[in-house]
Amino acid sequence: MNRKTPIDQPALDGQRRQLLAAGALSVGSLALPGALRSAFAQSPLVVGVIYVGPRGDFGYNQAQAQAAAAIKKLPGVKVVEEENVPETAAVQKTMEAMINQDKATLIFPTSFGYFDPHMLKVAEKYPKVRFAHCGGLWTEGKHPKNTGSYFGYIDECQYLAGIVAGYTSKTKKLGFIAAKPIPQVLRNINAFTMGARSVDPTITTRVIFTGEWSMPVKEAEAATSLIDQGVDVLTCHVDSPKVIVETAEKRGIYASGYHASQAALAPKGYLTGAEWDWATPYNIHVKAAQTGAPMPNFLRGGLKDGYVKMSPYGKPVGAAARAKADEVKAAMMKGTYVIFKGGLKDNKGSVVIPVGTNLEQFNPELEKMGYLVEGVIGSLPG
Amino acid sequence: MSTVSAAGSLPVAAAPAQLERLRGFAKSLVPAVAALGLTIALFSLAVALAGFDPLQVWSLIAQGGFGDAFAWQNTLQRAAPLLLTGLAVALPAQAGRVIIGAEGALVLGGLAASALGNVLADRHAGPGLVWPAMGLAGVLAGGVWIGIVGWLREKREVNETIASLLMSFIAIALFNQCVETVLRDPASLNKPSTRPLPDALMLPSMPGLDVHWGLGLGIVVALVAWAVMRLTPLGMAVRVAGGNPRAALGVGLPVGMLTIGACAAGGACAGLAGAVEVAAVHGAANGSLVAGYGYSGIMIAFAARFSPGGVIPVAILVGGIAASGSLLQRRLGLPDAAVTVLLGFAFVALIGCETLRGRSFTSRRAPHG
Amino acid sequence: MADASALGWWGVPLAIVGGAVRVGTTLLWVSLGETVTEKAGRINLGLEGTLLMGAMTAFAVSLATGNPWLGIAGAAAVGIVLGALHGGLCSLARVNDTAMGIALMLAGSGLAFWLGKPLIQPTAPGLPSIVLGGWTDQPALKAALSINPLFILGLVAAFAVHRALGHTRVGLRLRVVGDSENAARAFGLSPAAYRVAATAFGGACAGIGGASLSLVYPGAWSEALSSGQGIMAVALVIFARWDPRRCVLAGLLFGGASAVSPALQALGYSQGYYLLAALPYALTLAMLIGLGKPGPSDGAPGELSLNR
Repeated sequence: MNRKTPIDQPALDGQRRQLLAAGALSVGSLALPGALRSAFAQSPLVVGVIYVGPRGDFGYNQAQAQAAAAIKKLPGVKVVEEENVPETAAVQKTMEAMINQDKATLIFPTSFGYFDPHMLKVAEKYPKVRFAHCGGLWTEGKHPKNTGSYFGYIDECQYLAGIVAGYTSKTKKLGFIAAKPIPQVLRNINAFTMGARSVDPTITTRVIFTGEWSMPVKEAEAATSLIDQGVDVLTCHVDSPKVIVETAEKRGIYASGYHASQAALAPKGYLTGAEWDWATPYNIHVKAAQTGAPMPNFLRGGLKDGYVKMSPYGKPVGAAARAKADEVKAAMMKGTYVIFKGGLKDNKGSVVIPVGTNLEQFNPELEKMGYLVEGVIGSLPG
Repeated sequence: MSTVSAAGSLPVAAAPAQLERLRGFAKSLVPAVAALGLTIALFSLAVALAGFDPLQVWSLIAQGGFGDAFAWQNTLQRAAPLLLTGLAVALPAQAGRVIIGAEGALVLGGLAASALGNVLADRHAGPGLVWPAMGLAGVLAGGVWIGIVGWLREKREVNETIASLLMSFIAIALFNQCVETVLRDPASLNKPSTRPLPDALMLPSMPGLDVHWGLGLGIVVALVAWAVMRLTPLGMAVRVAGGNPRAALGVGLPVGMLTIGACAAGGACAGLAGAVEVAAVHGAANGSLVAGYGYSGIMIAFAARFSPGGVIPVAILVGGIAASGSLLQRRLGLPDAAVTVLLGFAFVALIGCETLRGRSFTSRRAPHG
Repeated sequence: MADASALGWWGVPLAIVGGAVRVGTTLLWVSLGETVTEKAGRINLGLEGTLLMGAMTAFAVSLATGNPWLGIAGAAAVGIVLGALHGGLCSLARVNDTAMGIALMLAGSGLAFWLGKPLIQPTAPGLPSIVLGGWTDQPALKAALSINPLFILGLVAAFAVHRALGHTRVGLRLRVVGDSENAARAFGLSPAAYRVAATAFGGACAGIGGASLSLVYPGAWSEALSSGQGIMAVALVIFARWDPRRCVLAGLLFGGASAVSPALQALGYSQGYYLLAALPYALTLAMLIGLGKPGPSDGAPGELSLNR
């Protein structure tokens, strides 16, 4: 069990900061070329990271915190973090405080709801500070140049997880517990289902919307209801999959993880999981900030670009499942695999992607998804 | 419940000497001072046990809340909604009712304001029409919601504290349902929300400050409420109805109407707070509106001993402490919950130290005891 | 993992029954404790904070010692302390018990979240369920019949408390204190002492109710664990007419109401799911309105400051 929680980090930061500053100044200025040398001759880059929930949640915030931990290790970088910051004017003040009090020049407001109006307002006020938002909203011409968004095509991982689930499920019934019916979530539900149905077209996914990003009792109830209906593989899209994975394990069924790896919570039933690898965009932003390069405004990527990754396969995953999933993954890594193909039908029978058009991963149409595909039992709440 | 003592209740016939009045005043400060001392002691102990230096923590709290211009901006920003939600509890309390469901009234007020604001914006109405209309929508929505609670108490003898909280939960569910379905902006794909107001219709910042006009509005409303309560016959009637309902009935006051009215007034303040949050901060009604301001208001009202005027300094103090939480996290790694604990200790101490009010501490008895 | 045929529509009543026990256990315990407190004439609105402290303590102790039952004991202990604090402080003159309850709720929740920061990640040993469904092969039925041991204990406690209140000297004295302070003093009883003890007992029960959340269902510690159960319980006590046995019914009813939405969704019906989430609260309010002012014939303690 990992006893050293992220909470331990700030206490160590004090020492680390001093060491980094001293080390960077003395060593860096001699050993490194050109622009980097001048950057290190100045004070370290202060990066602010803001979380909407607790860092140790085994889910969304933890995935971001892992990336923050990765960039802390970089020379010349100092990280300040604040957690449990609500999506109100409070986050504007937090950003301004990080800029004014901590001299931050690169800010990562990690929750979706921080973008509009909060981050945009602060970004206009501080044009020299960079704001990198996690989500899909930055639009050329509409949003200031010192802001940007990064996001990952995690539905690729959910597709692969669906393949694994398809091979492993014995009842042919899968379950998906989702917070809210927004496009990102629907994309995941659909990818998971399509991955499973590519293995066996009789497989169905039952979906339950809890209505909140974090509601442990509701999530447990949803998990129980689904399992009572005969579901034997559960996955989810909520802020913290911990309760769902633990409930699945207690009832003796399989679980597929999300955001970060919950393998430690379900040693018997964890199949695999769709994880973020936010260290990739974080590193890109830090490097750009350190070298003075223009801010990358729109960062996107999937498995190929290292923005997302799969949890290692768990014990219950059989050889056939691994082989097939690895095969599709290899095709995704080449960039030749299309998940959302033409002729796709939704679960009401209509065709949602016209025949002959294939929607590749970076197609913005996918970020407006408003349907559930064939094979999903459930409807968008109304 | 033990009768809620409204602050500024009927003045006691005071002894003529100035000295006597001063002593009385000093004595009235005893509970507050004792509570302050107790809070400092308890919280210092708590942080010390958690491995932090209490002196460092207190200095960061002072610095983060009130140390420089930036801190003050931060504090005032946070205090703005708290003024109105504090009133939402203080006003019904003047009439003897303890309402803790301001959160629900706030979100419904915000929803109504957003809906009306959008209708008017579509017709190209200017700020001169839109802002008062949104405010009115918020006031009506919140006023009706808590007015219902007051009415239930009068007519069906339902405990208003519990009823207000249940109504608050129901209100939030209604709010979520409307925001996600009926009133949802189709463009708000990833975060269900009502349609945003155009920038031109957003409430601007006060001149010279980085804080929106909601702060000014809150202060004005608080002062007006204080004046009404203290200086007008209506306010007097409400306080009498709250302090001694039987006597009030005896002199022919419409106690029922007065208490329901006070509840509605409190709800109206909460609804107005919601409208301001929409007009000044978010531009639309969505999940971010449910931010706990209603619950913070409870503590502020009690700490201000239900005085509408007293809500102002208390809200600023609480805003300052909350603002310092950010600094504490970043500098010391002290978790955000620590600030909640501080406020909780302060609240417990304040209520508990009420027992010291009116006690004589000297062997020489004061003339009127 | 046996192959289960879908239950179809049977899933809904089954979920309601299962949910009634799962979610209702917490409500049962908290309202049971509050019943005793109120029977003595004191109201404790701070149970939400006590519940969270109990949940956090149970999780922490279970994690540290590996024994969930010690966790339950820890939760009860913390509940006693917080309850005694509330009772003691409210015994002082001029202390408003509604306000004190809310204050302790704030302080208690804050403390629980602060101390519980390192507990969000780990998994603590939970309480083993009592398996009554060994006779069935249906996993769903088996799961619904896997009863939370705290539910059974709560059932026993409710009947024991009812018996104690009605048929023992201590119970009688407690009720006298709650009905009329003057009568109590005439009998030579100290109202303050009884009330503090009753509030402490109520706190212990609330702590155990919280422990059910963190050690059984959902079986984890998080900051979003409770959704107003502490306050709901006060309403449920009125619903139960201050009869501990009816607290069981109340808990089951409202636990079941919480399970309707997910059960329907599992079958594919997602309409109006936010409104369904408000069902328990609306039901409670409707019941309170229907009841009107609870009088002595309903079992309301005379000294209770509920509707003064």
